[in-house]
Amino acid sequence: MTVTRFIERHPAWALIILIAAGVLLWLVLAVWPPGLEEAIGRKRVFLNAVLNGITLGGLYFLVASGFTLIFGLMRNVNLAHGSLYLFGGYVGYAISAVTGSWLLSFIVAFLAVALVGVLLQLLVFRRMEGEELRQTMVTIGLSIVFADLMLWAFGGDFYQIATPSWLIGPVQLPFVTALKSSGEAVYLQYPLVRLVIFAGAVVIGVLMWLALNRTRVGLMVRAGVDDRDILAATGVRIQLVFVGVFALGAGLAGIAGVVGGTFQSLSPGEDTRFLLASLVVVIVGGMGSIPGAALGALIIGLAEQLGSVYIPTYAIVVTFLIMVLVLALRPQGLLARR
Amino acid sequence: MSLAERAPLHARPPATAALPQAVASPWSISEHPLPWLVAVVLLIMPLLANGFFLIEIFGTTLILGTIALSLMFLAGYGGMVSLMQLTIAGFAGYMVGVFGVSGSANISLGWPWWLAVPMALALATAFGTLGGALAVRTEGIYTIMITLAIGAAFYYFTNQNWAIFNGHTGLNTIATPRAFGVDWRADIPFYYVTLGVAAACYFAVLYIARAPFGLALQGLRDNPRRMAALGFHVNAHRIAAYAIASLIAALAGVLQVWNYRQISPGSVAVERCIDILIIAVVGGITRPVGAYVGAFIFVILRTFALDVLVQLGLDGNRFRLLIGAGFLVIVFWSSDGLVGLWERWRRHGAPTQRGAHHG
Repeated sequence: MTVTRFIERHPAWALIILIAAGVLLWLVLAVWPPGLEEAIGRKRVFLNAVLNGITLGGLYFLVASGFTLIFGLMRNVNLAHGSLYLFGGYVGYAISAVTGSWLLSFIVAFLAVALVGVLLQLLVFRRMEGEELRQTMVTIGLSIVFADLMLWAFGGDFYQIATPSWLIGPVQLPFVTALKSSGEAVYLQYPLVRLVIFAGAVVIGVLMWLALNRTRVGLMVRAGVDDRDILAATGVRIQLVFVGVFALGAGLAGIAGVVGGTFQSLSPGEDTRFLLASLVVVIVGGMGSIPGAALGALIIGLAEQLGSVYIPTYAIVVTFLIMVLVLALRPQGLLARR
Repeated sequence: MSLAERAPLHARPPATAALPQAVASPWSISEHPLPWLVAVVLLIMPLLANGFFLIEIFGTTLILGTIALSLMFLAGYGGMVSLMQLTIAGFAGYMVGVFGVSGSANISLGWPWWLAVPMALALATAFGTLGGALAVRTEGIYTIMITLAIGAAFYYFTNQNWAIFNGHTGLNTIATPRAFGVDWRADIPFYYVTLGVAAACYFAVLYIARAPFGLALQGLRDNPRRMAALGFHVNAHRIAAYAIASLIAALAGVLQVWNYRQISPGSVAVERCIDILIIAVVGGITRPVGAYVGAFIFVILRTFALDVLVQLGLDGNRFRLLIGAGFLVIVFWSSDGLVGLWERWRRHGAPTQRGAHHG
């Protein structure tokens, strides 16, 4: 329904998006003619960049969805969100190093970081409700303190969470990268773990959407986003909803930390990197919107990976230009209502 | 909008605007001995302090304070908390290296300093104004996010880009000016240069705050809608404020790069951007003098915290923990920083002087 309305209201944009999607689909599925390969390089490189971008987008979505959820309900820009990500990663690393269980590390990281989120909401944000700027400053202070505490505890080393053995190795994907001289097709090989993690991010995203749109608690949260004073006046225990949403948002950052620690690495500075990624993702997608976070994460992940392959020294500029373009054309973000 | 109305960021309107002139002149020595004392001490500082203290403590304080002053100008008078002020300063520093003389001959154009510096200032001001033009499309907390994103993007860009910014090594051995037979980077001349620039920026901000432009800016902070209804072009005014703040930050950036003679991505890292916010908030973001008070405390802590912590038998590397915790305490308990605390204390001591103190 919204799609038809979008086409009716913006026929030109719809056409451009359709053509772009068609070109992308052709680039992914077709066997590239030799002229194209000469112009922009091998198809395998392109496909890898696209898949890396999409899976990175999945990771960005996990981080940014918690950020945008917390903002959407509580109007609280949690600039300590990157610290929650890194903390989740370290917890996951410790658990997987001790028990050897990758799945357990997700559960423990989620719970531990959600607990930090609950404490933050109860001890800090509840005391300064409505003072947005002060809350933001406090989260900046907290992120400095957290960063230094984690540096104290874990040092400046790089950590990587071990991938479980059943996820190691590549799988063959049904995308033809090239044809051998014998006419036999060469298929793309891609690491299984990244695909599984991406599928996990999609599942979490769909579950979140269902929880927000199809359950009673989700109804309360959406009502709180629209007008929390009226919601509180109807007898809903809004503080409980706040704590729950903060716990969920923080826990998602913790899960993202384990994911990031598995296919990238954990070190001091990653907190800022993922804070920046969440900021850009939600600015592009629209503050407070879960589908917006998904779209923004996909765009930023693709831009980063394609940029780093094709224009390596200006990759970050592409990301930034996307943000500038969105701010110039649609300051509230691509999918925000307002 | 609601943010601007409720935020504790309101600079006090200049005291003289509210008071009859005859009651107390802000320039009277007998009424306000402290500012005069500070001015005299700053002027004779080379007699009191040796090279290390002169440059590492006081010179650095003045430079960081000036960058924080540009943030204070935007946040205190305009209600726009911009985290990219250090980025603008760093950009100016980079441009001094790129257009002037540095160790990387393949990048530097080798212009003399009197040509490279105006170029750097112009470009950095343009950069900051463009960033401001983006940031004013949003309000309050969004401004923080967008300026932080700009600062972080610039940091990652300098890291990635080798053609202009020389990647993570940055630009080294940047030439410092010599003119009229004086090496202006020698300790004492350089101290006076930083003092002169800092004083000029400080008084310029004080002046602008009382000029029609500054008053309109404070009006925009308090109620943009009403100002728009009165016929003010809200965004143009805000962008102009960004331009002024960018010039101030750029001036400090040029001094910064002359001070260290090098610049690298580490100098424009996100933590450094946040340091500027900490400086301004700890000092007191509602008064211009707060920027310098905050910078002085920050520099003292940064320089001596390690020794003091070790003396106390603690881990000296926990300097940032101390800074962060101090910042949290200030944000929790005094929204207008140490200058606000000082004024509250004075008001308790001498109620008759209420409101006469000026920033």
